[in-house]
Amino acid sequence: MQKKYAHFLCASLLSLSATSAFAQTTSDEIAKYREMIAEGNPSELYEMAGEELWRQPAGPKQVTLEKCDLGLGPGVVDGAFAQLPRYFKDTDRVQDLESRLMTCMQTLQGIAQADVVNSAFGKGLRKDIEAVVAYVVTHSKDMKINVPATHPKEKEMVALGKKMFFFQGGPMDFSCASCHSASNQRIRLQDLPDLTTQAGAAFGWASWPAYRVSSGEFWTMQRRLNDCFRQQRMPFPIYGSDVTIALSIFMANKGDGGIVQTPGLKR
Amino acid sequence: MNKIYVRYCTAAVLLASLSLGAQAQTLNSKFDAMLASGFTAQGIAGLDRLKQDPIQALCSDPEVRNTPAAQKILIEEQTKAMAAIKPPTDGQYLGSWKAGEAIAQSGRGATWSDTTKAPNGGGCYNCHQISKQEISYGNIGPSLTGYGKTRGNSEAILTYTWNRINNSKAYNACSNMPRMAHFNLLTEQQIKDVMALLLDPESPVNK
Repeated sequence: MQKKYAHFLCASLLSLSATSAFAQTTSDEIAKYREMIAEGNPSELYEMAGEELWRQPAGPKQVTLEKCDLGLGPGVVDGAFAQLPRYFKDTDRVQDLESRLMTCMQTLQGIAQADVVNSAFGKGLRKDIEAVVAYVVTHSKDMKINVPATHPKEKEMVALGKKMFFFQGGPMDFSCASCHSASNQRIRLQDLPDLTTQAGAAFGWASWPAYRVSSGEFWTMQRRLNDCFRQQRMPFPIYGSDVTIALSIFMANKGDGGIVQTPGLKR
Repeated sequence: MNKIYVRYCTAAVLLASLSLGAQAQTLNSKFDAMLASGFTAQGIAGLDRLKQDPIQALCSDPEVRNTPAAQKILIEEQTKAMAAIKPPTDGQYLGSWKAGEAIAQSGRGATWSDTTKAPNGGGCYNCHQISKQEISYGNIGPSLTGYGKTRGNSEAILTYTWNRINNSKAYNACSNMPRMAHFNLLTEQQIKDVMALLLDPESPVNK
């Protein structure tokens, strides 16, 4: 089964790389490309792997993730992503999907969070989480973003996320707002959603995680934010840190009521 | 009656602003803790990058930034920025437009995946239209196509353009444009080359 999966993935990526060179020139070309593969977003491969990982005993305790509580009760995956990030009583924290999965891996499977935090995107335990993310977000596709942030801790994280969004630093004075606080802005030909509006935030928040054609990889929101900080010339944001969760709930709350389009498909 | 109301009202406003102040203070200290625990140094991107100078601190708060008190400080910062700009050491403002085009094209430099060994780019096309031939340009900054053709290259235009590239914050403290010389993002020669791209009559920008 694993082998078959690997073959399928390989063949698909090969055929993708042949077309991706043409997909990078203009937004029109990307739109055409989206149409071409509308019937099969490569994220499906990650989703399949993620579903397997969800049901597979793993870690020192050799337990599956099937009892993981993503906010709607143990094991409930349908609609779970649409209501994240949210406050969790057991950890007394606001958590996004990826930090919540780390909690489940630790409590259910005995996998130390530090082992996940210290691995790299696309590798090892992080690669497993990325696949599980693909599985979970697919089960909220076409649902409404439901992050009203009514709990006091959620409200506070939204306020902290807003401060982070406007925080300027580094040798180029950039903040998230430098690129994402006006409509119809672009870096080169890349359109930038205005994350200070409901529509822009709903699009920005809910079209990630996505399959990224230019790198041939599935990118979670944690990875998306990580690369934004890299381009802002900031230091390295720690995986699952409150900085990343605050920004996430700021976006999700601003985009509340919008439609979850994940997994997305990006340049 | 009116007097009593006014007195009550003043006290209420004062109380409200005090409690708001305390709330904002709690949020600020939580924010500082979140920043301190949220990042690690990686490559050339150290944690010192999270320490804000007055311009960064004031421009980060959209509500505070337009208050008279903040505006006063920001205007002082603009004056300081202007005073710190060095004119070209040999008095020559224009280098090579060809080299300038390459600098404008490159968006490399200063990220944790860059090194200080390779020269930084200016990243100009990320935000500006410049040469007509380059159709992949951003629009966060104004179009610079025909820059020299429409403005000429009088002493005033030369110094204004030089100052803008060296430290855009000398004109507008909350300008989106990076401070190229202030943070050593570009060398003096690189700035001259970008100047030539904008102002040399032979540059494709002015054709």
